[in-house]
Amino acid sequence: MSWGLDSVSVNFGELVALDRVSLEARRGEVAVVVGGDGAGKTTLCRALVGLDHVSSGEVRRPERTGFQSESSGVWGDLTVMENLRFVARAYAVEPIHAAERISQLLEVTGLGSATDRLGRELSGGMRQKLGVAMAVLSGPELLVLDEPTTGLDPVSRLELWSFIALAASEGRAIVVTTTYVDEAARASSVLALDDGAVLASGSVDDVVAAMPGRIFEGAGYMGPNSWRRGRAWRVWASDDADIPGMAAATPDLADVVTVAALAREGAYQ
Amino acid sequence: MIVKELRQVARDRRTLAMLIVMPVLLLLIFGYAASFDVDEIPTVVVGESAQEVADRLPDGLTVERIDAEAGREGAEADLVAGNAHVAVIAGEGVEVLIDGSELFMAKAAVQMATAMAAQVPGLTYEVLFNPTLDTSAVLVPGLAGLIIVFVGTLVTSMSVVREQEAGTLEQLAVMPFKPKDVFIGKIAPYFLIAAIDIIVILVIGTLVFDVPFNGSAIPLAIGAVLFLFVALGVGVLISSVSENQAQAIQLAIMTLLPQVMLSGIIFPLSSMAPAVRWIGYLLPLTYFNQVAKGVMVRGAGMGDLIPPLALLAALGGVIFGLAVIRFSRQLRPAPAKAAA
Repeated sequence: MSWGLDSVSVNFGELVALDRVSLEARRGEVAVVVGGDGAGKTTLCRALVGLDHVSSGEVRRPERTGFQSESSGVWGDLTVMENLRFVARAYAVEPIHAAERISQLLEVTGLGSATDRLGRELSGGMRQKLGVAMAVLSGPELLVLDEPTTGLDPVSRLELWSFIALAASEGRAIVVTTTYVDEAARASSVLALDDGAVLASGSVDDVVAAMPGRIFEGAGYMGPNSWRRGRAWRVWASDDADIPGMAAATPDLADVVTVAALAREGAYQ
Repeated sequence: MIVKELRQVARDRRTLAMLIVMPVLLLLIFGYAASFDVDEIPTVVVGESAQEVADRLPDGLTVERIDAEAGREGAEADLVAGNAHVAVIAGEGVEVLIDGSELFMAKAAVQMATAMAAQVPGLTYEVLFNPTLDTSAVLVPGLAGLIIVFVGTLVTSMSVVREQEAGTLEQLAVMPFKPKDVFIGKIAPYFLIAAIDIIVILVIGTLVFDVPFNGSAIPLAIGAVLFLFVALGVGVLISSVSENQAQAIQLAIMTLLPQVMLSGIIFPLSSMAPAVRWIGYLLPLTYFNQVAKGVMVRGAGMGDLIPPLALLAALGGVIFGLAVIRFSRQLRPAPAKAAA
């Protein structure tokens, strides 16, 4: 069973926030939606969980969906334990099961020593972990996490991804939005958005394989269709192109997303 | 820095409107409202010489009813019910009864009665309900209403907007709550707090400021509950059109100020220009003030207070209904398919 969006558009007046976007979220898998600010990631999440009306297309969502909003969704003036217990009661989780589940989640998230701290007193990483724990507590079939790792330090990001992977291993379908392309590489499937439109979608391998043209790498090239990557420059060129002084490179997901954005702007491969 | 600040202010249109339009509007409204001068005092004249005495009353006493059959009991009943604020009993002598619950009217009536006593031998007057014309007896019931407005409107609107700002209202919308569950859950604590507030204020007013409590608590409790529904409804309505807490505070103040000035707590409604007075008639605090003062000071019963209670219920129905509709719209899940 899979959930997701079928050619969904969301319009706010004249603004097209999502343009015929499709997404598959399968049980036990993590679908990552990657894009910059204003790409439509939050709108996609809100449409998926039923917070925004779709202008066309169809949303497939289960009865029980867990959602973590961009702002973590934690009540700042409730303690960690009070936040978790409130969610358990809201979903009518049997008290005995709720206690057991909360205990598990506290252990997995490392929040066990902070149960009496107020939500607003938590660090960014702890607050996001609590937000994900709250979203997953009711045992949802679909878990939608809107930029859970934005603004977190690398260690907190790693911990949060371990937690997300664990939630997927429990058989949930998970949709995670992020601005970090490297995080998309962890996913079973990737959807890259730009300005509400799909740049690329599919499994990471398929998306990379489907990239048109070739990537070259070298130093000191600042021509068209090029971008800096570490100390070197990368250039997107057509399949039969040969750029003197630059070597062909194996593209990765970051290259594919960049190329898709260039192609959308009308760049010539 | 100045240019930057001016640009920011110019882009916040709601604040700009508050800064420019509101002072002018408030000056005009309150300029016409801010008057302690009483020109007209609703008066009933009873007793066998009622018609004859009514013809000789000074202009300030506006005769609402003349009843030659009625006696002192009927006249007092009119004052208790708030139908009139002066009752003249024209029997063998002339007795003027003055409603002490309307401070400025009562003071004006006392002046008129004193002047009349000099011309009409045997004329006596008596101030009922608040014989010493004590200010706190008249103000405390209205102040209790103001506290309800503060808690109900300002605090409730901020609480809902805070959830919006924190993104937790979205969490509630996704949870298996019905919109009405969230609505009740949000306002019930403030309902309780405001109810406790009003009891505390009235107890302190009675014990510390010697405010009388001459009537039954039941009509006052009913009035308070109805008024709370209106105040909480206004709070939720404000939150539904505010993007942040600062906007909610601005809007709440815009609803609070007219209630303070135009509800009859400070300035008598009858002293206001007709257009401004009609604004007062649209404000819920006007009717709660009438109920609270009626019960506490005049000892009015349920039967006497049906008009203000009915108007409070009507206002409550409209405002609370609108608040429920708007709040529910915010929380209702979107359909899975686009509307055809």
